[in-house]
Amino acid sequence: MNVWVYVQGSKGAPTSASLELLTKARSLGDVTAFVGGDGAALAEAVGQHGAAKLYATGDLGGRLPGPAVSAAMQAVIEGGDSPDLIMFPQSYEARDVLSRLSVKLGKTVLTNNVDVAAAGGAVTVTTPIFGGNTLVSTTFTGDGPFLAGFRPKSFAAEPSGGGAAEVVAAAVPEVGPTGAAMVVATHVEETSGPKLDEAAVVVSGGRGLGEQAKYELIETLAKLLRGAPGASRAIVDAGWVPYSYQVGQTGKVVKPGVYIAAGISGATQHMVGMKGSKNIIAINKDKEAPIFGIADLGIVGDVHKVLPKLIEALQSR
Amino acid sequence: MNVIVCVKQIPDPALPGALDSSTNTLKRDGKLILDESDSYGVEMALQLVDKAGGGEVSLVSMAPNGEVSGLRTALAMGAAKAVLVSDPALQGSDALTTARVLAAAVGRIGGADLVIAATESSDGYTGTVPEQLAEVLGLPSVTFAKHVEIDGSTLKASRQTEDGYDEVECPLPALISVTAGVVEPRYPSFKGIMAAKSKPVDTVTAGDLGVDPVGWAGAGQQISDVAKAPERAAGEIVEDDGEGFAKIVSFLENLKVI
Repeated sequence: MNVWVYVQGSKGAPTSASLELLTKARSLGDVTAFVGGDGAALAEAVGQHGAAKLYATGDLGGRLPGPAVSAAMQAVIEGGDSPDLIMFPQSYEARDVLSRLSVKLGKTVLTNNVDVAAAGGAVTVTTPIFGGNTLVSTTFTGDGPFLAGFRPKSFAAEPSGGGAAEVVAAAVPEVGPTGAAMVVATHVEETSGPKLDEAAVVVSGGRGLGEQAKYELIETLAKLLRGAPGASRAIVDAGWVPYSYQVGQTGKVVKPGVYIAAGISGATQHMVGMKGSKNIIAINKDKEAPIFGIADLGIVGDVHKVLPKLIEALQSR
Repeated sequence: MNVIVCVKQIPDPALPGALDSSTNTLKRDGKLILDESDSYGVEMALQLVDKAGGGEVSLVSMAPNGEVSGLRTALAMGAAKAVLVSDPALQGSDALTTARVLAAAVGRIGGADLVIAATESSDGYTGTVPEQLAEVLGLPSVTFAKHVEIDGSTLKASRQTEDGYDEVECPLPALISVTAGVVEPRYPSFKGIMAAKSKPVDTVTAGDLGVDPVGWAGAGQQISDVAKAPERAAGEIVEDDGEGFAKIVSFLENLKVI
C-alpha cells in the first residue's frame, strides 16, 4: 500500500502530530510525505520517521495553504503518483488542505480518527463519538486516494532509523481566485512554562470557578506542579482566557500523566480532549457531573474551598 | 452587503445522543434546534450588514425532515430569509455531498459578498464543510476566523493558528468560518420572534437543486462496526469534608508528581 502523510512544519521541524502519523503509516505500507513549504529542513526528521520521499511545494509566499497545497497535491496525483491513502494531522492548516483536496478529487473525507487499519486494499478508520464512549469503524468505499484526518496523539511517534528523505519539488499550479487569501502578519502568543499538549501535568478550570479572577488559582496550581494551565470551552467563549488554553474537541488534545479538572462538569466537547490522560482528578460541586465518570479521584466539593487549601499544602512542602 | 450564513439544525446537545440502530447514523428525528456554534455566524453577519449600511442576511440549511425551528431562531435574530434543503434522500450524506448541496443553495439565493459558517457542527463535527464549500463555490476562504472586519471590498481577519494567530487579508466575495465567541450572539426579541413566523423559508429538494447523487448513494464511506470503548476503571469519589485537598496531595505523592 502506498501511503502519503501530510507533514506540517513549525519552527523548522515537523510537528509532533506529523511524526505520529509517519510512524503509524510505516505499519501500513510505503510512506511518502508531503509538505506545504520548504522541504530541506524537514527531510532528515521525516526520513528518520519512515518516509523515503518528501514532496515539498517550496515557500508559499504568504498564501494560505489550503488552496495552494491541495492544488500541488492534485497535480502530483494526476501526474501518476497516486497514493491509496493520505493521512492528515488535524491542524488548522492541514484541515484546509484536506477539505480542498476532497473537492478537487471528488473523494469523501473522514475526520476525528484515532486509528486506522488496512486489509486487502480496504482502509478502515476508527472514530470515537459521544465523548469517547462509543467507537465507530468506517470503511472507505470506491477507489482511493482515501482521505483521513487524525486527532493529535492518536499514535506514539518513534524514529525508524532511516536516512534523510529525498526532497522532490511539487510546484503549486495557478489556482485562480480561490488562492487570494494572504497572510500579512503572524502573531505568536508566548506562554511561560511547558506547552499545554506536551506538559506532564495539566490543570484546567471551567465555569465552576465563577469569575475570571479566580482563574489565577488554576495558574498558581499549574505552576506549583510544573504543569500547564488549561480551560474548558465555556470559559474560553466567555473570554476569560485565550483560545490557545482550550482543551477539547475544538481545542487541544492532551494526554498528560495527571489531569486536574476544576469546576468542569465534563461536556462531551471537553472530555474527548482529555480522556486519554493517565490519571484524572476532578473537583466539582455537583456529584452527578459526568467528569466523575472518568475520574480516578473525584472530590465532590467547592473549588473555591478545595483549591486554596491544596495550593497552601503544596506551597508549604 | 449581502451575507449568506450556513446554519445547522441539530438534536438538543443537552440530551444524550443516540445512533439509529438500522443505519448507524446519528438520530435526528426529534425536535431540532439551531446549533449554538452557528449563532455566532448569524450575529457576525447581522453586524457586518449593519455596519455596511445596507443589504441583508440570508440562511441556508440542510435537514432530512423539513425541520424549521432552528431556522426560525436565526430569522428571529434578524436574518431576512432562508433556503432549506429538505429531502429524505439526504440521509447518510457525507461532508462532500453536504458541501455540494449547500453550494447549490447558496447559488439559489445568489449575490453573496460573504458566506459564513461555523468551524464545525456540534453534533457531527467533521469540520471540513466550510472549506469544501469554498472550493465548490470557487471562493477564497479564511477558516477559524476569530476577528473579522470589512474594509471596502477586502476582508481582514485574525485566523487562529497552533502558535497564536495570523492576520489575513482576502478580497470579497469570500467564505469565512468563525470560532465560537467571535461575537456575542443576541437573544431574539419578542418582536423578532413574531416577525420570524412570516419570513420566507424556501424549501427545496436536492433534486430541485440538481445535486445528485446524495445520501448513502453519494457517500464514499460505509460504517463497518460500532463498539463500546473500553471503560476506565471506576475511581474513588469522595465528598469534601474540608480535607479533600489532602486526598489530592497523597494521590499526587503516590504518582511521585510531588
